[in-house]
Amino acid sequence: RGAALGRGLCWPGSGGAAMDLFGDLRRMNKRQLYYQVLNFAMIVSSALMIWKGLIVVTGSESPIVVVLSGSMEPAFHRGDLLFLTNFHDDPIRAGEIVVFKVEGRDIPIVHRVIKVHEKGNGNIKFLTKGDNNEVDDRGLYKEGQNWLEKKDVVGRARGFLPYVGMVTIIMNDYPKFKYALLAVMGAYVLLKRES
Amino acid sequence: LRKNVEDFTGPRERSDLGFVTFDITADILNEKKCMVFFLTCIHLQSIFDWNVKQLFLYLSAEYSTKNNALNQVVLWDKIMLRGDNPRLSLKDMKSKYFFFDDGNGLKGNRNITLTLSWNVVPNAGILPLVTGSGHVSVPFPDTYETTKSY
Repeated sequence: RGAALGRGLCWPGSGGAAMDLFGDLRRMNKRQLYYQVLNFAMIVSSALMIWKGLIVVTGSESPIVVVLSGSMEPAFHRGDLLFLTNFHDDPIRAGEIVVFKVEGRDIPIVHRVIKVHEKGNGNIKFLTKGDNNEVDDRGLYKEGQNWLEKKDVVGRARGFLPYVGMVTIIMNDYPKFKYALLAVMGAYVLLKRES
Repeated sequence: LRKNVEDFTGPRERSDLGFVTFDITADILNEKKCMVFFLTCIHLQSIFDWNVKQLFLYLSAEYSTKNNALNQVVLWDKIMLRGDNPRLSLKDMKSKYFFFDDGNGLKGNRNITLTLSWNVVPNAGILPLVTGSGHVSVPFPDTYETTKSY
């Protein structure tokens, strides 16, 4: 009677059976806990895989970016989301919206190409300017740098979603919000029971 | 009207500077009344649908020189929001941006192609770049203009 792993068949009436039930519950909880942790790990891995997959498919090191400034208004506002591709064979042409990084700076900039000079061997140098700016970007480039090259390009803007990126900006500006959000998400996944 | 002036640029070298004036007339609403003008006849009627937030129009000059196989310079641009008057009638426009070449390839260049293109910015979705059909070729003269009047 005491040895039966009573799945609901153990009567909590007698003392010995109650101890076993407790043991069962503790055992089941541990197993369930492992299951929940594995579930959580799977979700995190899937998200990472999707992100890496996007990087491979688009050819860009950062296929989704959030617009941080108003220099491309009224087309893009702070908080908008941009989807980028960076295919090697895509030529850079005037009028395209490119996301580039200035050497030595971390923050990518989203502006439009206004001048292109391409040599026969494929060497390209180009100049950018924000739609909402009066002057071109030479002031933003490195000291002495007058043109951008292909290597500075993170990607070309191909698609756009408004407002969605605001979440990232809020999480950056208010890190407590980020931690709270992560804690809530973690708790939800860990505690959610699949019945 | 085209002139050539040898001048200083950002890169601190002497490069050719071209001056172009142009007319743009575009009737975007009424297809039938579309007039062919200096550049191209634009039928933008169907472009402004529910998902189009704005059009970024730009006039670019494309040409090749000894230095560079392909050059593209944006001379003028305009943002047209949905609801703006879709009729463009600009006469005798001066280029908004300096038309500097990388080097001295504008002098005597017989074939500079001016095209009007636009970037459709949707409310959400894909960002296509469309080139208007029709373009105009302009040649630059063989000599430099020494006066600085513009």
